[in-house]
Amino acid sequence: MYTASDLRKGLRLKIDNEPYVIVEFNFVKPGKGQALYRCKLKNMITGSQFDRSFRSVDTFEPADLREKKMQYLYKEGNKYCFMDNETFEQVYLTDDQVGDNKNFLIDNLDVEILLFEDRPIGLSLPNFVELFVTEAEPWAKGDTVSGATKPVKVETGYTIQVPTFITEGEKIRIDTRTGEYLTRVKG
Amino acid sequence: MNEANLDDNFHLARKKYFLELRARLIQNIRQYFINYNYLEVETPLRIPAPAPEEHIEAFPSADWFLQTSPELCMKRLLAAGYGNIFQISHCFRQGERGKKHLPEFTMLEWYTLESDYFGLMNQCQDMLCAVFRETGYKHQILFQNKKIDMSPPWEKITVIDAFARFAHTDCESAIAADKFDEILVEKIEPCLGVERPVFLYDYPAKYAALARTKKDDPQIAERFELYIGSLEIANGFSELTRAAEQRKRFGDAQKARAAKNWLLYPLPEKFLSELEKMPAAAGIALGIDRLVMLLADTQCIDDVVAFTPETL
Repeated sequence: MYTASDLRKGLRLKIDNEPYVIVEFNFVKPGKGQALYRCKLKNMITGSQFDRSFRSVDTFEPADLREKKMQYLYKEGNKYCFMDNETFEQVYLTDDQVGDNKNFLIDNLDVEILLFEDRPIGLSLPNFVELFVTEAEPWAKGDTVSGATKPVKVETGYTIQVPTFITEGEKIRIDTRTGEYLTRVKG
Repeated sequence: MNEANLDDNFHLARKKYFLELRARLIQNIRQYFINYNYLEVETPLRIPAPAPEEHIEAFPSADWFLQTSPELCMKRLLAAGYGNIFQISHCFRQGERGKKHLPEFTMLEWYTLESDYFGLMNQCQDMLCAVFRETGYKHQILFQNKKIDMSPPWEKITVIDAFARFAHTDCESAIAADKFDEILVEKIEPCLGVERPVFLYDYPAKYAALARTKKDDPQIAERFELYIGSLEIANGFSELTRAAEQRKRFGDAQKARAAKNWLLYPLPEKFLSELEKMPAAAGIALGIDRLVMLLADTQCIDDVVAFTPETL
């Protein structure tokens, strides 16, 4: 069982026998009042969403989901193909099921395919991925203003804000949970 | 700067502007109270007996606790004859972490003798106008793409009126359905202080454990909250100075805590025994971090402190 203090973005709960994931989470509390855990919940099968506020006394059942390590192979039409490297079993996910994860999906990336009653319904990425910068304005040497950023494009086509010292061809580590730049990867 | 540590301090360095703003704001607040002859005091962060409150949980620290507010120690100073006092200190509240909450945050608390909550609302308005002006924000603040007009007098609305106007429900039935906080947060707060700052005042007595109730209506506590840009900025009230009544309210809070299996602190006996000597006063707690968020025009409290629990 989860308690309200376990709630966070990405947590999966079972509500009315369906798996839900928390897609937005916010802790709110009037200074002297009771804590409210505001969640936007997304049904992991239908994709439908609703908002609900929970309280500190509420408890939750975890969604009984299975994850299976698979490797991303290719995209064909609007289907993404993944393969189990031990059994060579292949499964497909739709554009909708992959969602924003496509920003970080590169060939041969190991991902966890999510199975609900043996049906593939989604995937989760490693927390960190390393991607090549494919388009970037050159770094004006000497421009070391701390904290300044610029947009660059990475190999998946995703545009991300990075420090100004990052140049084209470099590899950077990205936190897939926030979509934010973390650090430069030394070659 | 060499290239190796460019990354290391990137995340911290980008906050520099906000932290400079924060420093100026705190210095200007301090100067305001010094100008008005308030004594700056320091009370211990680690205390044996925090005020028991139904919805605020202290962090244990060995066999004592980290303060959730400097209120009890400051009131003991008032009882001992210190005049107007203020303090800027860190407070600690377990389980409070969100876009607008940190488990360790910075609070400005001040007490004004021979004042009540209406006097304090005016003083709070004067103080913030002066401090904003000194910090370079004269007539308006741009917050989340909306202009907030800071010119006084600020708006005032009672809790009962706010429930009717913004939530289209009556406060009493919200309380009966145990929906007071939920409606306040979800329906009312988003409407508060959007165009100009607003004081929400006259709280149902059960939502003001340390406030005096109105003479002509014991169901209403002389408490207010200041909202600017939908942010809860400050909480003030006419102070309760009757020890027996305070003891009873602490007992009620203990019972509510026990029902949730929350820790029961020892009662703050020294505070209770000295409370009768405390002169009539009004006191207020103001969240410094929230104030910086407002001026820095950010929705995330992480932006206005150097370190959060997650980055240590």
